[in-house]
Amino acid sequence: MSPTVRVKTLTIDGQAVGAREDQTIMQVARENNIFVPALCAIEGLTPVGACRLCIVEVKGVNKLLPACATRIEEGMEVTTNSERVANYRRTILEMLFSEGNHICSVCVSNGHCELQTLAKKLGMTHVRVPYRSTMRRVDASHERFIADPNRCILCTRCVRVCDEIEGAHTWDVMGRGINSRIITDLSQPWGDSDSCTSCGKCVNVCPTGALFEKGKAVSEMSKRQEFLPYLTLMREGKK
Amino acid sequence: MTQKIVIDPITRIEGHAKITIEMDDQGFVRDAHFHITQFRGFEKLVEGRPFHEMPSLMARICGICPVSHLVASARACDMILAVHVPETAINLRRILNLAQLIQSHALSFFYLSSPDLLLGMDADVAKRNIFGVIQSNPQLARDGIRLRQFGQQVIEWLAGKRIHPAWVVPGGVSAPLSAENREKILAAIPEALATIQRTLDWYKGVLDNFREEARLFGNMPTMFMGLVSPDGELEHLRGKLRIVDAVGNIVADGLEPEHYQDYLGEAAESWTYLKSPYYKPMGYPNGMYRVGPLARLNIINRCGTPYADQEWAEFRQLERGAVLSSFHYHYSRLIEILYGIERIEQILNHPDILSKKVRAFAGPNKLEGIGMSEAPRGTLMHHYKIDENGLVQWVNLIIATGHNNLAMNRSVLQVAKHYVKGEKIQEGMLNRVEAVIRTYDPCLSCSTHAAGQMPLNIELINSGGEVIDQVIRG
Ligand code: FES
Repeated sequence: MSPTVRVKTLTIDGQAVGAREDQTIMQVARENNIFVPALCAIEGLTPVGACRLCIVEVKGVNKLLPACATRIEEGMEVTTNSERVANYRRTILEMLFSEGNHICSVCVSNGHCELQTLAKKLGMTHVRVPYRSTMRRVDASHERFIADPNRCILCTRCVRVCDEIEGAHTWDVMGRGINSRIITDLSQPWGDSDSCTSCGKCVNVCPTGALFEKGKAVSEMSKRQEFLPYLTLMREGKK
Repeated sequence: MTQKIVIDPITRIEGHAKITIEMDDQGFVRDAHFHITQFRGFEKLVEGRPFHEMPSLMARICGICPVSHLVASARACDMILAVHVPETAINLRRILNLAQLIQSHALSFFYLSSPDLLLGMDADVAKRNIFGVIQSNPQLARDGIRLRQFGQQVIEWLAGKRIHPAWVVPGGVSAPLSAENREKILAAIPEALATIQRTLDWYKGVLDNFREEARLFGNMPTMFMGLVSPDGELEHLRGKLRIVDAVGNIVADGLEPEHYQDYLGEAAESWTYLKSPYYKPMGYPNGMYRVGPLARLNIINRCGTPYADQEWAEFRQLERGAVLSSFHYHYSRLIEILYGIERIEQILNHPDILSKKVRAFAGPNKLEGIGMSEAPRGTLMHHYKIDENGLVQWVNLIIATGHNNLAMNRSVLQVAKHYVKGEKIQEGMLNRVEAVIRTYDPCLSCSTHAAGQMPLNIELINSGGEVIDQVIRG
């Protein structure tokens, strides 16, 4: 922490809190044990505000702000759990579910999936928009891993961990809007990628069963993410 | 004038089966078809999926016998892995499969069929259901519930879940059996055993009341097919196929499941989506055979457990050759439940049953896998082809109900011939057509009858396509 960083005070859900000025609402909320859901943000990677599940209300601001990508301000009054926020979050989840093939019961990540956990926790009981029932091709060309784009929610954690931590930048996003998808190298089969080091970080940060280890049967793929903050710390220490 | 009687739908859950009975000018039944007009397309659905997901995906085909698909699929995947699956894992799968058999047979016998057996085929439909059984023979109803519970409980103790457990995986099972759960299962066995023995005694006592049904319900010469152990005993998980003819002679033995395409043909008929398998050397439709509990008891040398062997010997006294009447599927189910309970106990006393080595790991070492097992309703076959990355490219399934397709049609025809005369649909006929189908316990009759009678829509249609008589029940 640089010595010039100042402390700011704000309220989250009515609770007065103090924090460093370079922190995000999400960081401060979590430090104070206030739950804010997140699918794209993960400690140790740059926030991108892709999934919008972390939206919160800030007094005086009309639109909802992503807690993961919004810095705190002096005197901010943040609400994380209003009815409005809850409704938006559920709608976002429904759209995520309808956009791919998230059939939990036959997924390798069943029981260990962040999307599934959040849907339960946030009370998403059904999906009100029509399912797209995608038939995207599964990439099983890698020796150890499989990518199933039908379960991808485009959080881009894989892209960021590969770029920021592993330094390989094998993953990237191609296309726009509803046609966006995650690719390896220049949209080659993962197994043909020259840049991939097969480190498996992308698999472990993936919140769903979109990236998983070969040979895992249904419900068997649990991810290990504890390593990420340590890796980030170690890198910073070296700088 | 040719008339057509249409019974539609025959079930609620997969309510897409119907029956047509075609009559000739004289008002006699000419032909009968049991249509399955529903197409679920599982084979297509799983194309492109990693094969390790197959057991759980395939288990979704059925909510009553998911475990059967689970083990058949896992066997196909084992072959793709080309590994030696630890013996303990095989035995654990075996217990799971038997537990499934017990609960499924109990469902079929007690919930679906006992109303007919206890209250009579012509009893009031409002009473002829499991609730009627509870009223008139509470002990029988309780026994059915307890046996079903036993099967489900064993599944849960082994696999952690009653329905759709993900415990069976390619290469074995995902977790060993705990000493505690082994004790729990062993402790539940004496009661289960006593229950099935009581039921068998009751059933043998009333069997005589159903001489007419036994004579008319699918009582026909066909072959029988199923898996047997190397010693010719009952085997529901591994083993090789044996085919026996109506007289009880072995027609073929030691048939390798992997080579099923050499000896089994699959005929497609315009009136059903269900393929009709037949034994190739005999041609179609002469190569008709039956599978399931009746078939299994007809092909073996003995069951392989003491009590079941005694019952089996008595059962085989029913006829000189093979037991031919499909009505005796009911009886066979009870004997198989008895066998299942005894066999589970035998396996649990195996010294290695608690071994921690229950899974072999590997990638796809073969591009093709075939798995066969005996499901409650008969021989179940899963056949997969994958690409070199392990993604499924092609799937063929032969389900138990499929094997029995030809026999079910014959049986419906037999019953219809006897009970349908003239231009009117008679209530007694309906119940018996329904009941003959139920002897086979086809998947599509799944949970329909548990809470009432099958909804039926029967139409008598003349050659001009006009409805001349109609009965709707549902
Ligand atoms: S967690 Fe903030 S937008 Fe995804």
